Amino acid sequence: MTRPIVSVENLRVEFMTEDGPVVGVKDVSFEVRPGETVCIVGESGSGKSVTSLSLMRLVEFGGGKITGGRLMFTGTDGKATDLAKADDRMMRRIRGNEIGMIFQEPMTSLNPVFTVGRQLVDGLKLHRGLTDDAAKARALELLRDVRIPEPERRLKQFPHELSGGMRQRVVIAMAMACEPRLLIADEPTTALDVTIQAEILALIQRLSRENDMAVMFITHDMAVVAQMADRVVVMYRGEKVEEGPVDQIFNAPKADYTKALLAAVPRLGEMAGKDAPEPMRVPGAPKIETPAAEVEDRRGERLLEVRGLTTRFPVKGGILRRPVAQVHAVEDVGFTLNKGQTLSLVGESGCGKSTTGRSILRLVEPSAGYVLLDKQDILGMDQRRLRGARRDMQMVFQDPFASLDPYRRLADQVAEPLVNFGLASGSELTDRVATLFDRVELPRRYLRRFPHELSGGQRQRVAIARALAPNPKLIVADEAVSALDVSVQAQVLNLMMELQADLGLSFLFISHDMAVVERVSHHVAVMYLGRIVEIGPRAAVFANPAHEYTRQLMSAVPVADPSVRKQRKDVNFSAIPSPIHPLDYQPPVRAYETVGPDHMVLRD
Amino acid sequence: MRKFLRNPKGVIGLVILATVVLVAVFAPLLIPAEAGTKMDMTARLSPPTMKHWLGADQLGRDLLVRMLLGTHTSLLIAVSAVGLSIVVGLPLGMISGYFGGVTDNLAMRLVDTLLAFPALLLALTISAVLGPNLPNTILAIGIAFTPYLARIIRGEALRVSQLPYVEAARAAGTPHGAMLIRHILPSILPAVIVQSTISIAFAILAEAGLSFLGLGTQPPHSSWGLMIQASRDYLDRAPWTALVPGAAVALTVLGLNMFGDTLRDIFDPRAKS
Repeated sequence: MTRPIVSVENLRVEFMTEDGPVVGVKDVSFEVRPGETVCIVGESGSGKSVTSLSLMRLVEFGGGKITGGRLMFTGTDGKATDLAKADDRMMRRIRGNEIGMIFQEPMTSLNPVFTVGRQLVDGLKLHRGLTDDAAKARALELLRDVRIPEPERRLKQFPHELSGGMRQRVVIAMAMACEPRLLIADEPTTALDVTIQAEILALIQRLSRENDMAVMFITHDMAVVAQMADRVVVMYRGEKVEEGPVDQIFNAPKADYTKALLAAVPRLGEMAGKDAPEPMRVPGAPKIETPAAEVEDRRGERLLEVRGLTTRFPVKGGILRRPVAQVHAVEDVGFTLNKGQTLSLVGESGCGKSTTGRSILRLVEPSAGYVLLDKQDILGMDQRRLRGARRDMQMVFQDPFASLDPYRRLADQVAEPLVNFGLASGSELTDRVATLFDRVELPRRYLRRFPHELSGGQRQRVAIARALAPNPKLIVADEAVSALDVSVQAQVLNLMMELQADLGLSFLFISHDMAVVERVSHHVAVMYLGRIVEIGPRAAVFANPAHEYTRQLMSAVPVADPSVRKQRKDVNFSAIPSPIHPLDYQPPVRAYETVGPDHMVLRD
Repeated sequence: MRKFLRNPKGVIGLVILATVVLVAVFAPLLIPAEAGTKMDMTARLSPPTMKHWLGADQLGRDLLVRMLLGTHTSLLIAVSAVGLSIVVGLPLGMISGYFGGVTDNLAMRLVDTLLAFPALLLALTISAVLGPNLPNTILAIGIAFTPYLARIIRGEALRVSQLPYVEAARAAGTPHGAMLIRHILPSILPAVIVQSTISIAFAILAEAGLSFLGLGTQPPHSSWGLMIQASRDYLDRAPWTALVPGAAVALTVLGLNMFGDTLRDIFDPRAKS
């Protein structure tokens, strides 16, 4: 067996806080061998990032301190050194040179004021002592290596001129510049769209294979783990709970935590052949039965009808700040949503799915179209009537940290819609808020608390309670579970499905996550460049995707099963064109083609 | 309240402020007015002695007595002027930042116009037009300070208005008035508190400037600003004539800052108790 590049032995990291030391990582040991990809997986607060930052000794910049254990690293010279004891000079030589690192956010890990070329060349000159010309030549070679189109031009460009996917390729090129023996990738695809994620994952795999480079891959996403890992280290609350080859972890997990984590992951394709949405399996929680008959009764009763919805934003320019162009965010979108059902809008960032949701609630003003909610014309209302109509349509936002007012107690925030619409006051108000807390399974002692005292999942429950307060008919859930850890996500999704079954709610579920969408929806609409390209019953869309883009999206989604690894050479999906057009631009009128019952596809 | 007392910074700030306020209220009642104007020609520019604990000014007046007597005027003018600028600037800035558009444009052009004049010049003009007396001095400084405060509050209100929780509240049907009071105001209060404590220090100095030009406090009354201005010619020979009122200003501002900081922390529910 080859000698490991890195062996972490009994690592312990503590953070100094005002209330004394807090243990971030406790007694963690694992090894990474040459050419091997080790995935460290865990939810937020599991210590996975702290572990990787310790290896680079970057954890000290975040106020952490390695208080125990060894970090043995075997460099190119074949000598093993303990990085936990290495001095600054030694670490500077190792960082970027022997160990490369990729961070989550490709925009912030590049310096916005220097060109891409300058940033690459600087690193090469520093670590490799190359001359200017040699460094430039090498930089170009690196950009070719990470398959960036038109590499010569990119060298002279600034980071903001590149797309998110290209930026991450540049970051990878920088990490690869000195041919490191180990690449640490800390959530490198979490901020990226799924097609770009697929590209980046394939790229990392290829680079690792070609250069015999070990990869330490940190992620929260079990599907990515299944696609990438040779071996997996599962972490929970600063401790390693399980380690093993990827097949063993997925097929025969030993630790309860691993089992729970796997159970909570929705897998694309597992709903095939099922008609109605199904709750997720959450170990330890009672199985929730959807009263199918009741849902059946309401089917066909129309709640929301949207036709020709168009929202454009002006791009202002010049000295007078006059509109010079328009962003066509939503273009001729139409669909219907029945009572007690869920319609999902799915697509990548910038496709207009969020704007569609917000336009229906008139949180942004649409430019054209009409929206009928329970036979009321929403777009035709004046401000006063609109405020009344908002009683029937509530919204749950993506970020539960930002969508609750940090200065107000939770009870007051949940009570707010009731007060606004004059639905309750005095002791009745207190009772109704308490009942709502019961409804979303939050203890009543939280009533008097402030948002910062709760976890992300609990906050999202508060946001759901607030949305439920005025007994709405429609809830628009805009990426409502995207910011949550996967086990919490499963619970919140189950809660939403349960509420739907009990109260006959309709959800407009906006998400980028195909697997979650497959789990919760009755109908699905795929959006691309402001338009719905495919819409239909969930089973039909997922089983027979008829539009080219839908198929692309499905093929890009990683599946949480190591046995269905997608054979990937280099993937390069076509970039999404700009939705910005001149003021006089008239979008072409496009027609839909019916390919099955209720299943329609935009004709190209 | 208990939270406040547990914070040493807040307690020190409170003690300083309480002392200053007590002096401001009781000094004019306990010290006869003549004591502040009594000239001791043998002690002109005297350094601190047993007779004059903190020294005497160019006319041989006791600096300690004048400093204590000046507290009342200085504090009254500074606090009232800043209070006035908050009363006008807070709603102006909040409405401007929250509603945006035409409202914002109109309000901010007015503010820009006022900002185009140096604050002191503006106060000077107002005071000169209205005539030099106490209420007019307060009015002049208050108006001169309003645009600065309105600008800061508008920026904060603009930022807060775009936060997701404000949009969430809008989706929950919150009317504009309730939105401003329930959601916007609490979030911008910290900035207002900090800005106000700094403004009070500047207001004390602004009063000094007006007094120097004969448009603020009228002699023989005493104020800290007047004392600092009077000391100008003797800085090399008798620096204590400036140091005594200067220290009073500095100490007050320090007390205000510590108090303001603590208040801000307490109003922020995110701060750990």
